[in-house]
Amino acid sequence: MKTSFRRAVVPGVAAIALAASLAACGDNNGNSTDAAGASGAAGSSGGKLAAGGSSAQGTAQTAWIAAYQQQNSGVTINYDPVGSGAGRTSFESGAYPFAGSDAFIANPSDEYTKAKAECGADPIEVPDYISPIAVVFNLKGVDSLKLDAKTIAGIFAGKITKWNDPAIASQNAGVKLPATPIHTVHRSDDSGTTQNFTDYLSKAGEGAWTSPASQTWPSTDGLSGNGTSGVITAIKGGDGTIGYADASQAGGLGVVSIKVGSSYNAPSAQGAAAVVAKSGLDKSATANQLIFDVNRTDTSSGAYPLLLVSYLIACPTYSDSSTANLVKGYLSYIVSQDGQKAGASAAGSAPLTSDLSDKATAIVSKIAAK
Amino acid sequence: MSLTTRPPGRPLALGDRIFAGAARTAGLLILVVLAGVFVFLLIQGAPGLSVDPSTYGQGVTSFWAYVGPLLFGTIFISILALIVAVPFALGVALFISHYAPRRLATPVAYVIDLLAAVPSVVYGLWGGIALSQALKPVIAWLGAKLDWIPLFQGPASPNGQTALTAALVLGVMILPIITAISREVFAQTPRLNEEAAIGLGATRWEVIRLAVLPHAKSGVVAGIMLGLGRALGETMAVTMVYSSSPKYMIDIIGDTSPQTIAANIANNYAEATPDKQHVLIAAGLVLFAFTFAVNFLARWAISRGERKLTR
Amino acid sequence: MTTLAVSPLARPRLPRWAPAVVAVGAIAVAGLLALLLGWGPVATLIVAGVLYVVVLPAWSRLLEGSRAAADRLMTNLVWGSFVVVCVPLLWLIIMVVRKGAPEITGHFLSTSMRNVVGPMPGGILHALEGTVVVTLAATLIAVPLGLMTAIYLIEYGRGSRLARVITFLVDVMTGIPSIVAGLFALALLVLFFGPAFRAGIGGAIALALLMTPTVVRSAEEMLRLVPNDLREASYALGVAKWRTIVRVVMPTALGGIVTGVVLAISRVIGETAPLLVTAGYNDSMNGNLFSGRMTTLPVFIYNQYKTPGAVPLGAHATDPPGYARAWGAALVLIVIVMILNLIARIIGKIFAPKTGR
Repeated sequence: MKTSFRRAVVPGVAAIALAASLAACGDNNGNSTDAAGASGAAGSSGGKLAAGGSSAQGTAQTAWIAAYQQQNSGVTINYDPVGSGAGRTSFESGAYPFAGSDAFIANPSDEYTKAKAECGADPIEVPDYISPIAVVFNLKGVDSLKLDAKTIAGIFAGKITKWNDPAIASQNAGVKLPATPIHTVHRSDDSGTTQNFTDYLSKAGEGAWTSPASQTWPSTDGLSGNGTSGVITAIKGGDGTIGYADASQAGGLGVVSIKVGSSYNAPSAQGAAAVVAKSGLDKSATANQLIFDVNRTDTSSGAYPLLLVSYLIACPTYSDSSTANLVKGYLSYIVSQDGQKAGASAAGSAPLTSDLSDKATAIVSKIAAK
Repeated sequence: MSLTTRPPGRPLALGDRIFAGAARTAGLLILVVLAGVFVFLLIQGAPGLSVDPSTYGQGVTSFWAYVGPLLFGTIFISILALIVAVPFALGVALFISHYAPRRLATPVAYVIDLLAAVPSVVYGLWGGIALSQALKPVIAWLGAKLDWIPLFQGPASPNGQTALTAALVLGVMILPIITAISREVFAQTPRLNEEAAIGLGATRWEVIRLAVLPHAKSGVVAGIMLGLGRALGETMAVTMVYSSSPKYMIDIIGDTSPQTIAANIANNYAEATPDKQHVLIAAGLVLFAFTFAVNFLARWAISRGERKLTR
Repeated sequence: MTTLAVSPLARPRLPRWAPAVVAVGAIAVAGLLALLLGWGPVATLIVAGVLYVVVLPAWSRLLEGSRAAADRLMTNLVWGSFVVVCVPLLWLIIMVVRKGAPEITGHFLSTSMRNVVGPMPGGILHALEGTVVVTLAATLIAVPLGLMTAIYLIEYGRGSRLARVITFLVDVMTGIPSIVAGLFALALLVLFFGPAFRAGIGGAIALALLMTPTVVRSAEEMLRLVPNDLREASYALGVAKWRTIVRVVMPTALGGIVTGVVLAISRVIGETAPLLVTAGYNDSMNGNLFSGRMTTLPVFIYNQYKTPGAVPLGAHATDPPGYARAWGAALVLIVIVMILNLIARIIGKIFAPKTGR
């Protein structure tokens, strides 16, 4: 009688063999040319770069990585969409050579001190992703609405509770509004989208929004969803819902045109990019940083100030020359006109204006080996 | 006791020494790993108790004010999930071990195990998209007709993403765990006991009540504890299925429902500043401590019951 | 003397066709109520089911007595719970198959997501490889550890203080949220390899942490149920203790142990959060457990759901391209676990001793 252990070993060995052969055959996959496990050869046509951060930039980063890898075969770039906070923490600890973040690292702050210590100099911060935030809703029979910031703030603060409220009806003559209750949807996870939306409401809402701008939604009432997909699903799932989400996924839902100056503007990429280009720099910006204090009360024609700016945070010098070359090459591509166009068409975002793109390229070109 | 002593006059064989040593090492390794997790939570979480109060969020001034509603939410949702899962899990386990035609039992067991095969992301998608839509009319009816019961005071959520949906999804997720262990335990009832009961003229249910269930108590409780553990730590399903906020409430069909600790960590870790990360890990420590307390209580209750039996 | 006293052994029984009649009657009554009150088919079925479960035992109580009625009630409830549990299962499977099957093409199964942008058809080969490698590694860590612990708890340390503490702590371990396990594994990796280290082995450690309690508890319960007579018979024949465990006790409990191991694997093969934290995200192939990021199927699904690509404003209500890929990957994952379950059952059947049950 054979021992059961011996008989059990056979399937175990078979399983290991199966896994090993899968691992081996994967390398011959016609779609990929990278060698698994290589720790990165120096040189401009090879190497590995691994970073991460904001998941808002996720789709755009996928497009940028694909385009860059096609232009530089042999390079493998990984971007972990772990979130801006986790990305910044990993950048400050040296785990990521650069990070994507929906909020720039402000000076002074604990994070800035850590980043400066890690880099040995002021960190580089340039915008690479601008996305309009759309206020979307699901109301039977209504495709679009015109609302000013004060009304939007009133709705999300819970003061305006029915769809046929005079504040809404007065701006939308001719639209049939039912007397049903409004259900607001917010982000259940901390997010840059919430930060930018609450910033817009507090700056442009004419006092109707009293909480400070924050990445956590300030109230515990109302429907919520996890991530942009969660919010869109929540809105699509019920009648009478209204929420805010990245405009790139808002197709198929009713959209709000916000009041800018004396006209109502629908979310648009050009409108958002124009607002950023005209906004002043944050007062703590150094020569290495192109960080904006977005003007939420911009009244120029066509502007759309409800937007999210996401940044790339990197060091101006790296001790490893191959890392420096890779970071410089990849980041230069991202902020270039071509890169911005590619990212915008994949992610539905707003490409940087040519002026901004030039400025960002100038900063990124400073990256060098120590 | 006769199991651990060796026959007199025989030296302990080398194989025995190695095997016993390996078994002991494994047990101690588990202890070490668990201690490591606890130490990790303690080191990373302790700073969270003394951070700047603005880290906790608006209107929240202390760590306990932050974690209190979350702990309540965790307990509440888990109890709901157990209420949904345990009766059906035991019913199905009995079905597989005693009621199903013999040839049907193995395929049925396999099919129920498929429920465990579904990844939690898919449960999240199913719950958030399909089940919530299907439950919309039920929730509307409950909010309209039964709103005098505090559980259903509403107003009803328009998209069905409520704690009721989450409890059903979580219940379905933990059911296969409880069923799998319970059915194995039921099947291992000594044949003689069952046949003795049948010989005395017991109906099938009486056989189960008299011979199977008393023998199976420890195993069933183990299965329920495993299921509860899964419910307490479940992240994906609770973030994707229902709309939650950290709030003390027992309304399960409203716009928003109580949030669990695991959901809170999952929601906030990505964007968290280092301070907030410490707060979240401290919340994880609280969950750990709570699981500790629940298991302690369960064991104490069982040992009291067993002492009564042997008296 | 005619006496109307009936001995219990000669109690009347319900006729054989009674359950069928009650079933038909329940459906008829429910259907009538549905027509009158305007219910949908689901409500009708539920009401019919409830009527059946209640009426048959009630009739039985009148005719057969309370013991038989209780028996019929429990039979109905047990069968009923089985039927109810099948509903979400079938619903899930049908939904995943309907949404995922159109995605399963040769291209989908044999390429990775390297250089895939927007609505280009992608592939999941990298995620398949990642899932197999990481889950295998986690199993290789967790199963021997868990089994040996269970053996210690039952065979060597039964009743001892250490054993009770270990069992208790293992129960506590089941409540660790998966993200905490991931953060712990990441902290371990950072401790040994520095802050930038992301690799599949971290995911394997986190998964092993989640699997071990299930393996230990289920194996412990199964070993506990092995009758002592078998052990004592083996000792009486002079067999060493460790051989008794390996050749007698474990094969007897093998079916249950295999169930526990498969249960543990099924649970962790679908975990997302710990893997995202420790193994990062990778679009390309990577078979090396110790170097480079690795993607598993559930992380792929989650990522495709969270960043599915753009649906431009003004487009009709279409889904972004990521959703379809997510469903396709979900279907593949479920099929993999189904096959795993099947293999485990076959192994259990082959190697378990024939007990004549």
